[in-house]
Amino acid sequence: MSQDEGEVREDLFGYASPGPPPPGYSSHGWLEHLLRSGVFAVTAELNPPDSADPYEVYERAAVLAEVVDAINATDASGANVHMSSVGICALLTRDDLAPVLQVSCRDRNRIAIQGDVLGAAAMGVCNVLCLTGDGVGVGDQPEAKPVFDLDCMSLLSTIRMMRDEGRFLSGRPLTEPPKVFLGAAANPFVPPYDFRPLRLAKKIEAGAQFVQTNYCFDLPILKDYMARVRDLGLDETCFILVGVGPLASARAARWIRSRVPGIHIPDAVVERLERAGDPRLEGKKLCIELIQEIREMPGVAGVHIMAYRQEEMVADIVAESGVLEGRTEAQIGLAGLRRQQARKRRTMLEILGRRFRRTEDRDS
Amino acid sequence: MYAVRLWSVRHAKGLNRLYHAFEWVIRRLHPLCARIGYDRLERPVAAVEKPIKEFLFDCRMCGQCVLSETGMSCPMNCPKALRNGPCGGVRADGGCEVEPEMRCVWVAAWEGAQRMGTEPTLALQAPVDHSLLGRSSWLRVVRALGQEAQPVADEGRKGATVPR
Repeated sequence: MSQDEGEVREDLFGYASPGPPPPGYSSHGWLEHLLRSGVFAVTAELNPPDSADPYEVYERAAVLAEVVDAINATDASGANVHMSSVGICALLTRDDLAPVLQVSCRDRNRIAIQGDVLGAAAMGVCNVLCLTGDGVGVGDQPEAKPVFDLDCMSLLSTIRMMRDEGRFLSGRPLTEPPKVFLGAAANPFVPPYDFRPLRLAKKIEAGAQFVQTNYCFDLPILKDYMARVRDLGLDETCFILVGVGPLASARAARWIRSRVPGIHIPDAVVERLERAGDPRLEGKKLCIELIQEIREMPGVAGVHIMAYRQEEMVADIVAESGVLEGRTEAQIGLAGLRRQQARKRRTMLEILGRRFRRTEDRDS
Repeated sequence: MYAVRLWSVRHAKGLNRLYHAFEWVIRRLHPLCARIGYDRLERPVAAVEKPIKEFLFDCRMCGQCVLSETGMSCPMNCPKALRNGPCGGVRADGGCEVEPEMRCVWVAAWEGAQRMGTEPTLALQAPVDHSLLGRSSWLRVVRALGQEAQPVADEGRKGATVPR
């Protein structure tokens, strides 16, 4: 894995930057740049609005953009309809923010997905997170047809094939491959536990370059998992971002535990929230403690904060956990990136202009 | 049948041995099948294969069987049709995310594979080819193994029988 000095290199990132990514890189993305520079990364999830109003997206993104390195645009998570991931990514790239396009296999088949990936990459999306997706039964429209044409593994390998070989799954060539940094989800906290590290190995083999785990509330399980991951050398071939999030109350914790698939919350955590005078504050404190411990764990490359309907809390959590300490100012939040983008966009337009002129010359 | 499916996973080792013996026999049928014509055999063979595998494994006739690599637990019974391992929604008791009363097929696969003395396949499985749904996996195996054994003889025959 190529490492370079901690300072920001302008040529590395920026959306739809012309030309191939630098050697050792798959994308021009900010997230990939930071991770490969050895910075402990912070990503967060944006809760998509049930609305056609772009400002609802921008408002939520603005809070996150101050402190995170990439914003995940969820794809109908929990099988509930919201604004689409591609739509959110389109809005975020317009505002020069670095989104992670989440793609779930539940709602679209291979034809739709490959098209979406091209469209997203054309808009400047540099990161794609490949997910299988929750079943339709847990969502607000359980009557829907579950698609699951691909699974997360075949989705990863399909996009990798598009990127590295410049071909669709059918073998048909692309004129310009999508230059994306490929991610996957991991859930160390559910059975079969022994199989989970092997599954991560398989995801890496299928193309995953980074993973974001499900909510971690149980450090001992994560420690065992990471020990096995290090034994297999997986932390050297893939960046592992551990998922965390603040719990609002003991009641919320119980509800999540019983209703949301794949989330393991130990009884001790629920009891701690129950005893607390201000459960919301206690939930935040717990989240901060977790981040601090996770940061010390060898092999972990970052944290992924999922603050469901509590985005405003993310900035506090990041600040109080001290997770950004040691970074230069340009490396904090997406501000540095946004300054670069304006310049990048001008260059891109110039290049496009030249390309069009060339086409005109050829045609005439 | 769910109970039989669980039995099959418990007896994965024996069933796997049985299958290998079966495979040894059927791969020798390639010349015969080729003479009769694989297309002509498709429906009758599928008609025999379907009830047997349906009874033993709750087979969905995906036409691209991977049972011997998944501890005799059919991954097509996964509500998400996952062929590359369990999703992140498996319940703490090993139950399926979507159908909690059903044991996750990949938790079962993990156990079945351990009984077989293997690990559930770590080779990347291609996405399901939906054009093969309802077709016989056995015939595909016979054909693939047969062609592997005698590729040259088959080339000529293939050329002769393909246009229909």
